[in-house]
Amino acid sequence: MPYRLLDDAPTADVGFVASGDTLDACFQAAADATLDVMLGNRDALQPRERRTITVASESVDLALLKFLEELIFYKDAESLFLRVTLVRVDQRDEQWCVDAVAEGEPVDPARHLLAGDVKAVTLHRLGVRHTDAGWEATVVLDI
Amino acid sequence: MPSARGEQGAVAGAGSREYAARMAEPRPDRSGLRRLAVQVGPALWEIPPTAKPGMRVPARIFATPALFQQMDDGVFDQVTNVAMLPGIVTAAFCMPDGHWGYGFPIGGLAAMDPDTGVISPGGIGFDINCGMRLVRTNLTYADIRDRVHDLIDALYKRVPAGVGARGFLKLSDREFHAVARHGARWCVDHGYGWPEDLECTEERGAIAAADPDHVSPRAMERGRQQVGTLGSGNHYLEIQVVHPENVYDRDAAAAMGLTIPEQVVIMFHCGSRGFGHQIASDYIQSFLPLMESKFHIRLPDRDLACAPFTSKEGQAYFAAMQCAINMSFANRQMILHRVREVFSDVLGRSARDLGLEMVYDVCHNTAKLEEHEVGGRRRRLLVHRKGATRAFAPGMPDIPAAYRAIGQPVIIGGSMETGSYLLRGVATGRDAFFTTAHGSGRTMSRHAAKRQFHGKQLEKDLALRGIYVRTVSYAGLAEEAGAAYKDIDAVVAATAQAGLSQPVVRFVPVGNVKG
Repeated sequence: MPYRLLDDAPTADVGFVASGDTLDACFQAAADATLDVMLGNRDALQPRERRTITVASESVDLALLKFLEELIFYKDAESLFLRVTLVRVDQRDEQWCVDAVAEGEPVDPARHLLAGDVKAVTLHRLGVRHTDAGWEATVVLDI
Repeated sequence: MPSARGEQGAVAGAGSREYAARMAEPRPDRSGLRRLAVQVGPALWEIPPTAKPGMRVPARIFATPALFQQMDDGVFDQVTNVAMLPGIVTAAFCMPDGHWGYGFPIGGLAAMDPDTGVISPGGIGFDINCGMRLVRTNLTYADIRDRVHDLIDALYKRVPAGVGARGFLKLSDREFHAVARHGARWCVDHGYGWPEDLECTEERGAIAAADPDHVSPRAMERGRQQVGTLGSGNHYLEIQVVHPENVYDRDAAAAMGLTIPEQVVIMFHCGSRGFGHQIASDYIQSFLPLMESKFHIRLPDRDLACAPFTSKEGQAYFAAMQCAINMSFANRQMILHRVREVFSDVLGRSARDLGLEMVYDVCHNTAKLEEHEVGGRRRRLLVHRKGATRAFAPGMPDIPAAYRAIGQPVIIGGSMETGSYLLRGVATGRDAFFTTAHGSGRTMSRHAAKRQFHGKQLEKDLALRGIYVRTVSYAGLAEEAGAAYKDIDAVVAATAQAGLSQPVVRFVPVGNVKG
């Protein structure tokens, strides 16, 4: 799995480090981790609904925060679990721009293993780094 | 006074030798701040403002030596960061159930001068007005012993819980705006409660200066369908019993309507759901780019993002945050309405006949303008409480008339295994702006708890001990195992020793709906 959960996240929260060869893959891994915190059986998710996500920020870590917030927003506003199927991160006009496609379906307790209800992406330890192996992001979610 | 370990509270994990050994083990002191703390009272420690550059006031931690040693290293770092906030008065505080959060520790308290100080969403939390509601009945445990499963099963069906849950109210934008303005009063006006419920709710169920014009459409969209939902994480709805040996203050208990041996009560814990979470996220992000460039505030942690209280931005957040306070009061009011329906349906008697009356509803994630005495003079202060409960002393205004002689009721929820408490505010709480703890406080991370405990096994263990649990998430159940929390008896005893609050009654769970 291209992410690992943090053992030393704040006690009431859940943190993870997501990684990827490219920034796109790193963001994808972070989206998978966020979904897995909410849904225990990601493979059961059927692509019945599709949403496009477009966010931008001056800093890459806040672009990641805004991107992950979209998944949390749809979970509450439309009761949708969404799995990101395509993500592209570009630097344009001094902005980090994220364009993504996410697919999924309404929350169904009969088929979905419900896990934590994520409240927010926090700024705590939030960071995106270029490493020798590619990219790495640290995220702490408030549960 | 509560015993060191409640006999009904002993559980797999929570009562085990391993648990006791882990609890006794001091946490590491990586920052070096813990060793700078000086014990200045039986349950009070102080870190001087010289401990870290930028601290304006000392940091004060309410804890017995044992609880102090168990606190996460992050608590000391965070409470000393809070001491750097502009306008902070007296000290940055942490309650005995304090644990590592983001920005403020959970259990954090900071009072700001509203003219010179800041308002910080990190000092309130994402779950604005997360709180507790306690409802009494005139039933005894013997009356419901054979119906606990029916009651919990019905509550599980009728009170939506878990990820993505929606409430039964289908509100238009206009109606949701009214909920944000009028809180629990909207519910009562629309037939979802009794007028006297409002008397027993902090702020009478509606804080006055809420203004939905300062709430984003995204927040509205996130919260509109969630009124009357429990949520997940540490949120729960419980049927509990008062054993006679767990009544510590008979007069106060009687004033709160708890007079019957083995009396049944209902307690629940939840907040403002996605609505409050989005308001907090929106404003944290809007404050961030302005911190240095406009407000000239430099802090060591972005989670402490804040704005001067008198600024346009600070006032906008205050108005929006109060909408979330009201939504949360409405949320708990709708859940109470459902609880009354369920008890009435299952037991075949009206809610009035069953005496399903509110004891009190308290907030533990807010910032409010209050008057307090500081250095011999009355001052208006903006009091941030994050995982901390207001605990006004006897005689103070803003306490319902029925409780004015005994002090404000305080509800401290424990883990689903170990019981909960009703306390009352006391005069000695003035040094902490009349504030006390809010729960037992986590001591183990969610990730670690999930590795150590198994939800289905926990459910069986609890059933053997007479606690019937329904959950939407076994993973979530494992995260909330009793052993993932501090000893609630020790936390409550520490609040009494510190002069923050006095215990009235301890409740033992017999049934639990876990989000």
